[in-house]
Amino acid sequence: MKFDTVIIGGGLAGLVCGISLAKRGQRCAIISSGQSALHFSSGSLDLLSQLPDGSAVECPAKGVEELVRQSKEHPYAKLGVERFVELAEQSKEVLQWAGVDTVGDSERNHYRLSPVGVLKPTWLTFRGYVNSEKATALKWKRVALFNAEGFLDFYPQFLRDELRAMGTICEVHTFNLPELEQIRQNPTEMRSANVARLFDSDGAIDALAEIIRSQKGDVEAVLLPAVLGVDCNDGVKRLEERLGCEVAVVATLPPSVPGLQVQTLLRRYFQELGGVYLPGDTVVGYKAEGDRIETVYTSNHGDIGFRADNFVLATGSFFSGGLEADNEKVVEPLFGVDVVYTENRQAWYDRDLFQAQGYESFGVRCDENFNAQRAGRTVENLYAIGACLAGFNGIKDGCGAGVSMLTALHVSDVIIKKK
Amino acid sequence: MTKQFDVIIIGGGATGAGVARDCSLRGLKALLLERGDIATGATGRNHGLLHSGARYAVTDRESAEECIKENMILRRIARHCVEPTDGLFISLPEDGLEFQAKFIEACLAAGIRAEAIDPKEALRMEPSANPAMIGAVRVPDGAVDPFRLTTANLIDAKAHGAQVKTYHEVLDFVREQDRIVGVTALDRRTGQKQEYRAQIVVNAGGIWGHDIARKAGVTINMLPAKGSLLIFGHRVNNIVLNRCRKPADADILVPGDTISLIGTTSSKVPFDEVDNMYVTADEVDLLLREGTKLAPSLAHTRILRAYAGVRPLVASDDDPSGRSVSRGIVVLDHAVRDGVEGFITITGGKLMTYRLMAEWTTDLICKKLGIDKKCVTADVALPGSREQEQALSKKLYSVPVAQRESAINRHGELAERVNTTSAAKRSLVCECEEVSVGEVEYALNELDVHNLVDLRRRTRVGMGTCQGELCACRAAGLMSEAGKYCTREAKQDLANFLNERWKGMAPVAWGDTLRESQFTTWLYDGVCGLKNQKNTI
Repeated sequence: MKFDTVIIGGGLAGLVCGISLAKRGQRCAIISSGQSALHFSSGSLDLLSQLPDGSAVECPAKGVEELVRQSKEHPYAKLGVERFVELAEQSKEVLQWAGVDTVGDSERNHYRLSPVGVLKPTWLTFRGYVNSEKATALKWKRVALFNAEGFLDFYPQFLRDELRAMGTICEVHTFNLPELEQIRQNPTEMRSANVARLFDSDGAIDALAEIIRSQKGDVEAVLLPAVLGVDCNDGVKRLEERLGCEVAVVATLPPSVPGLQVQTLLRRYFQELGGVYLPGDTVVGYKAEGDRIETVYTSNHGDIGFRADNFVLATGSFFSGGLEADNEKVVEPLFGVDVVYTENRQAWYDRDLFQAQGYESFGVRCDENFNAQRAGRTVENLYAIGACLAGFNGIKDGCGAGVSMLTALHVSDVIIKKK
Repeated sequence: MTKQFDVIIIGGGATGAGVARDCSLRGLKALLLERGDIATGATGRNHGLLHSGARYAVTDRESAEECIKENMILRRIARHCVEPTDGLFISLPEDGLEFQAKFIEACLAAGIRAEAIDPKEALRMEPSANPAMIGAVRVPDGAVDPFRLTTANLIDAKAHGAQVKTYHEVLDFVREQDRIVGVTALDRRTGQKQEYRAQIVVNAGGIWGHDIARKAGVTINMLPAKGSLLIFGHRVNNIVLNRCRKPADADILVPGDTISLIGTTSSKVPFDEVDNMYVTADEVDLLLREGTKLAPSLAHTRILRAYAGVRPLVASDDDPSGRSVSRGIVVLDHAVRDGVEGFITITGGKLMTYRLMAEWTTDLICKKLGIDKKCVTADVALPGSREQEQALSKKLYSVPVAQRESAINRHGELAERVNTTSAAKRSLVCECEEVSVGEVEYALNELDVHNLVDLRRRTRVGMGTCQGELCACRAAGLMSEAGKYCTREAKQDLANFLNERWKGMAPVAWGDTLRESQFTTWLYDGVCGLKNQKNTI
């Protein structure tokens, strides 16, 4: 099999890169071994909310200037300030192409409401998810919060108390449906995706609307856990039509329904553009010629290799298997490309889980074009993007999704220009 | 207002719980004060090995005899806390077989069944054992769950009138002339101080007994000895594996519930470290190196976490007067030893001999109070061990099988107290360990649970391979619902719980353990924006 570009990894970075290349006529394949960080999505994408020195960033487009000064190794530093702004705008556009409708921009962070009631700065929020322009308050004075009875992965009292502290009166209600009784019979099935699947049907939305209407009282908005459909993305809209008031949802514990939906939309769009998406397949070997990768081999396709002019490593961090650690070292397991990490294991961790962990910034060593290296030599046609990259802490700096999308788009440009 | 008791016991480890039970069964009004949660000291930080005594047979005959006797007693009275796995003492080529003959002879002399078996037969019995072994001896080792054992003792003590107060720290003693007549304790949850009076105060504080004794004006020279262990992600072995040689580092691998444990190291630590011990990278490496000699597959088995306990060793040259006959167990009557009436220290010993330690202590208490009541703890089964599993299983037939077995395994016949009447109550909070909403509520209502870590000790919530990923948040919600605390405290408790899990994971955070932890960070720090505001109890 011969492609222009083979992308390894089907998460946010891999899909965005694939879409950008396919849109410009490249024949691409994405080899995806399974779940990605999207399955734990918060319903928002972060671009830059904090600098390495701990100071908060309100305007990512400005904050990036200071970031580049503070951290030369940050992937954004490799892009440079101008490219950063340009690529951030393009990212939002790519999402739109695929049907992912978002609010927000790179000029100024807004705030999303987390599952435990914290307002966190963010860049783009999927439409229908609770968000605010302000860091300390929501726009409503009075809301009703509904949870499915016995759904333990969303705890409305956490939200109610924080909302009240922000000046929004919030009453908690529960709803039950005959279909939920069915799910509940199995002690492990009362989870977000299973509940959400119910609301792909209009009947269930009707029944839910009926319950909410009878209980909600005089409120400006109705809030729910993000479980209003999996295949259908318009659960919020359908419910709003029936209720005649604003409806908004808040992310739950994983699996993340918004993440599943975005992943599906991006994948479908990539496939519509002619891209080949191979789910459940894993790269197990490769053939190199000098400083070039010629072919990769996968577990499902045996000795039928995937040849390509360029290869993109979008395999994620430790969780996704893009990086692997043992008690002595950190490696990139597919190609054995160079990895930036500290040898002293004690320095990988902080004793407080909630402080920055050293291991978070380990990753694949790259040049300014995001070319990976082996034993210090550039591998000409192998690029690394997203969470597998070194030099940043996506959680602490609130830049995980941004790094994934911006480096994906940048590398797609590098590959196109090369031709 | 002062409250009057016959006996105050300081320390909620196995020993303190055992003393509370023994006293209560003999009709004494007992109060147990524990500054943290139950079983948080050495009791909850060892192998959970039901020693046959074989390990001590060659070097310490007396301890060996105590162990085998208590081993047989616990199999009867604490059935739901014990797993009779048996144990193998294997000889590797580097050990030679010289020790084996001496070992078997010493075991038999101490009353321990010890039978040399063919290495091939041993490998068939326990396929994880090192196939290079040149000899094997089978002994009646087993596994014991120290949390369950302590809980069961306290449930019975309370059923017989004892009061148990966790998170109560003894600040000082109340004296009248040369006599201790009570204590002042701080309720660490409310910040309130309270005086409690009793005829006898028992110091069962483990290594912390050193400081407790000092507050009473007496000196006990204890040496804190740190022992580190590793927990593996699944049950590697079904039979306890020991090395057939003089006791050394990392030579016992014990299966327990869903996991296996290797330990221990041994090193002296200063007193200021005993409250918060970290396992070092060197200790982890040593445990792994030695552990793989017992069971080679440990080299590529996921390590869940590392932890360390402190053995309360007592300096042997310290005390000519009050020492008991055993070299292991130390009962000090401070009236005889130091001229301080009404104060007893029980220390030394080991988890295996907690009941015997309690018996000796309570015998001394009774003697001092002029009470003539015999100890019955060797014969009366503990709550949880009073019904046969099959009969229980029939009674709880409507509960899904894995959930039912887990609950019976953890609580014995007390599993009947778990509400399983509706689908919502049977819904799982912790999938790894099959803990239901009903079981969590039972623990919250009846087992002195004040935070998520307490809940974990009673139910195993968060002890499985995911180390509390999602169940912690669910359980925090349920605790808040039950009125244990407000939602802000619930969130801080959640942060504390995750950090307590991380403390054990960090020393071994590579491979899948690192993946798991990165996921935790993404979820709670990233998605939820949970903050660690302060370190509370």
